[in-house]
Amino acid sequence: MAEVLEIKEHHTAHQLPTPDNGEGGEKSPMNISYGKTMMWYFLLSDAFTFSAFLIAYACLRLGHKWWPNPNDVFNAMPFMGHHKIPMGFVSIMTFILIMSSVFVVRAVQEGHRMNKNGVMYWMFWGILGGAAFLGCQAWEWQHLLAEGMRPFYNVFYEGKDGLTTLWNIHEQGKPMFSPGPVAFGALFFGITGFHGFHVFTGVCLNIWGFFATANGTFEKRGHYEMIEKLGLYWHFVDLVWVFVFLAFYLM
Amino acid sequence: METLHTVTEQHAHTTAHGHDGGHHHTETFISKYIFSLDHKTIGKQFLITGMIWAVIGGLFSVLFRIQLGWPDETFPFLERMFGAWYTDGKLNPEAYYSLITMHGTIMVFFVLTASLSGTFANVLIPLQIGARDMASPLMNALSYWFFVISGIIMFASIFLPTGAASAGWTIYPPLSALPQTSPGSGDGMSLWLLAMVLFVVSTLLGGLNYVSTILNMRTKGMSLFKMPLTVWALFFTAIIGILSFPVLVSGVVLLIFDRTLGTSFYLSHIVIGGVPQPYAGGSPILFQHLFWFLGHPEVYIVILPAMGMVSEILAVHARKPIFGYKAMIFSILGITILGFIVWAHHMFMAGINPFLGSVFTFFTLLIAIPSAVKVFNWITTIWKGNLHITPPFIFAVGFVSMFISGGLTGIWLGNSTIDIQLHDTYFVVAHFHIVMGIAAFFGMFAGIYHWFPRMFGRMMNTNLAYIHFAITFVGSYLIFWPMHFQGLAGVPRRYYTNNNFEIFAVFNGMNKVISIAAIIVFFAQFLFLVNFFWSIFKGKKSTQNPWNANTLEWTSPVEGIHGNWHGDIPEVHRWAYDYSRPGNESDFIPQNVPLTDKEKTEADH
Repeated sequence: MAEVLEIKEHHTAHQLPTPDNGEGGEKSPMNISYGKTMMWYFLLSDAFTFSAFLIAYACLRLGHKWWPNPNDVFNAMPFMGHHKIPMGFVSIMTFILIMSSVFVVRAVQEGHRMNKNGVMYWMFWGILGGAAFLGCQAWEWQHLLAEGMRPFYNVFYEGKDGLTTLWNIHEQGKPMFSPGPVAFGALFFGITGFHGFHVFTGVCLNIWGFFATANGTFEKRGHYEMIEKLGLYWHFVDLVWVFVFLAFYLM
Repeated sequence: METLHTVTEQHAHTTAHGHDGGHHHTETFISKYIFSLDHKTIGKQFLITGMIWAVIGGLFSVLFRIQLGWPDETFPFLERMFGAWYTDGKLNPEAYYSLITMHGTIMVFFVLTASLSGTFANVLIPLQIGARDMASPLMNALSYWFFVISGIIMFASIFLPTGAASAGWTIYPPLSALPQTSPGSGDGMSLWLLAMVLFVVSTLLGGLNYVSTILNMRTKGMSLFKMPLTVWALFFTAIIGILSFPVLVSGVVLLIFDRTLGTSFYLSHIVIGGVPQPYAGGSPILFQHLFWFLGHPEVYIVILPAMGMVSEILAVHARKPIFGYKAMIFSILGITILGFIVWAHHMFMAGINPFLGSVFTFFTLLIAIPSAVKVFNWITTIWKGNLHITPPFIFAVGFVSMFISGGLTGIWLGNSTIDIQLHDTYFVVAHFHIVMGIAAFFGMFAGIYHWFPRMFGRMMNTNLAYIHFAITFVGSYLIFWPMHFQGLAGVPRRYYTNNNFEIFAVFNGMNKVISIAAIIVFFAQFLFLVNFFWSIFKGKKSTQNPWNANTLEWTSPVEGIHGNWHGDIPEVHRWAYDYSRPGNESDFIPQNVPLTDKEKTEADH
């Protein structure tokens, strides 16, 4: 029995990887750990992914003579029936996501103070915010799908005086060719979907971070750097939303 | 050296926590050779996987060269070997395009990106900067296994009844977006896209690891400007990959949507069999922009590691300090930055605005400056050097030769006015094969011959290596030099046969010469493979530092232990290029040798 234990100890002593910054060697130019270096470079990489999408959006949109006015497309609100509130719902969504980012900032701060309960408390609100955002996005998608929007079909077409008009497929029937610019639906579902996928990933990671905190993993490790890395990712997703919001809703 | 060795051995005995190999616990064959987390093993895995892919990719080029050399002959024995690709002993046009597509994909991505970077970043980064392993060995292993999965999917696509993807390695829509357009645009293209997404995951995992290892894991004294040029080159290569591959993913994701969801990102005004399709408002040029935003930096991903290795190898074997160390670093940086803003020079013919074309011409020609800086530095490095003619050295010289020959035609093609004439001809085939294909292969061979003793503890056979070099060098020029003339005469580069053009009949003989050279060069590579695998088991045992090189990897034990050094990691005191220093008794001073008093006083001034 004792022998087995000894071998086990030996194993941990030989465990690779190397600790941060090698073995008392040179520091990284930014003086941050390798984990954070990796996260920053990953975020740079992901920023290029989203930039490519948004440039594709700009390219296709500028190639069209007419584009639906977002005020007339995104104007529905749950429980409000037929009242039109342009940008109302998406403003709430954006507020929720930004608040969620603020909560995660607090979680990171509590991590620096080594306050386990504080980290868990603020992580919980951060996760809730992320989940609420996803719920809102699901409702918005469902609403647009019900109106007849598809990635390959757009019911918002150029009506009288260039006004954005909804082709009511339930009353007017469904023409074979999309009434409005097809690219609108494809870009909207494609890019907000890709962003939503990032939010979903972030929520999953944050839930993992919450339980790892609860288990005392980071307390044992002596630092909450993992929460900081999760925070970096979460703020990035938030920042990307600001650009998506700008591109699809405000312009 | 001898004293140093005993010191490290003493350390191994005295330090209780020492990473002395981790061999106290028994490793199974699977944990040691298959699912290994050791960077040296993962590097070898990348290398051998890449060799398998290179043989497949090379074989494909032989098959389509046979078609181009003898378009009227029939080859029943090839039909017996490759079955459905042949009808009545002749290669099917669809199969021809699949072979071209797969040759490009395999060579560019699987061999010269994954295998070249994967092998040498893994083997060299931790050893040359003085680290026990990568920052994250797990991510490193995952990077390899994603590459394997991606490869299995790509390999499987070759056996589909409809054939592998056949839209060219650049997979331009609408050909790649609409399965109705050709057999290869069906399931073959789907698998191609899936494989490439997984491939990018592999590249990203590897690249993040290489960058953070280089930034965070350097041993004491290894400041950034003491790093060998190999490490600098691999560093920038990883950054280019991290920033450019995601854009390919974006482009591919939108293409997948076009194929599966019926969106119109790249499609507009499509009529198939007289029936107008509902696609509207998309732009195929958009795909080209997204593709070449990766595609152009990709050629630097291919060539930079080779450049880094060649810089190191030329200095070691010419026994001279590298000429212009910092100029080399800043020219790599310049190439990295410029490489991101020249992509549309691949699209001069695609109908982009001529003004945009001239902007891209300008940036493209600027790249000639850092490239020329590097070439002159290599030449001045070996100038009046004490040349040790060895296999790595001659392959490195071969690299420089290829890079110059191919680079000069790059200046032609970078000008949009000339490119418009030459773009769709064999001139371009000649240019990019010499400058990034053959040159990168020469860099890779130089690297393998140079670091083989470090990887396997044995030496490769020198005479076989010389024969390998002679045939490959002469043969490569024989294959690609004539293509310049074909291109200038206007022979189009994507045609299955030119039989219908009376005017190109003059090239029938030349095409046969090219094809014969291609077949000879292909089979000559087996000399290398035999040499490689034979030497792993039977080669002459390597000494600790067979080339008398300065870099840290030659201080790590020959047998290659997990953790890289017994006891403490050596401390670094000087740059990697102290060769033939006047007043020093030996013609090299390893990086871990402390500065002498005289050097210290010199450094103070």
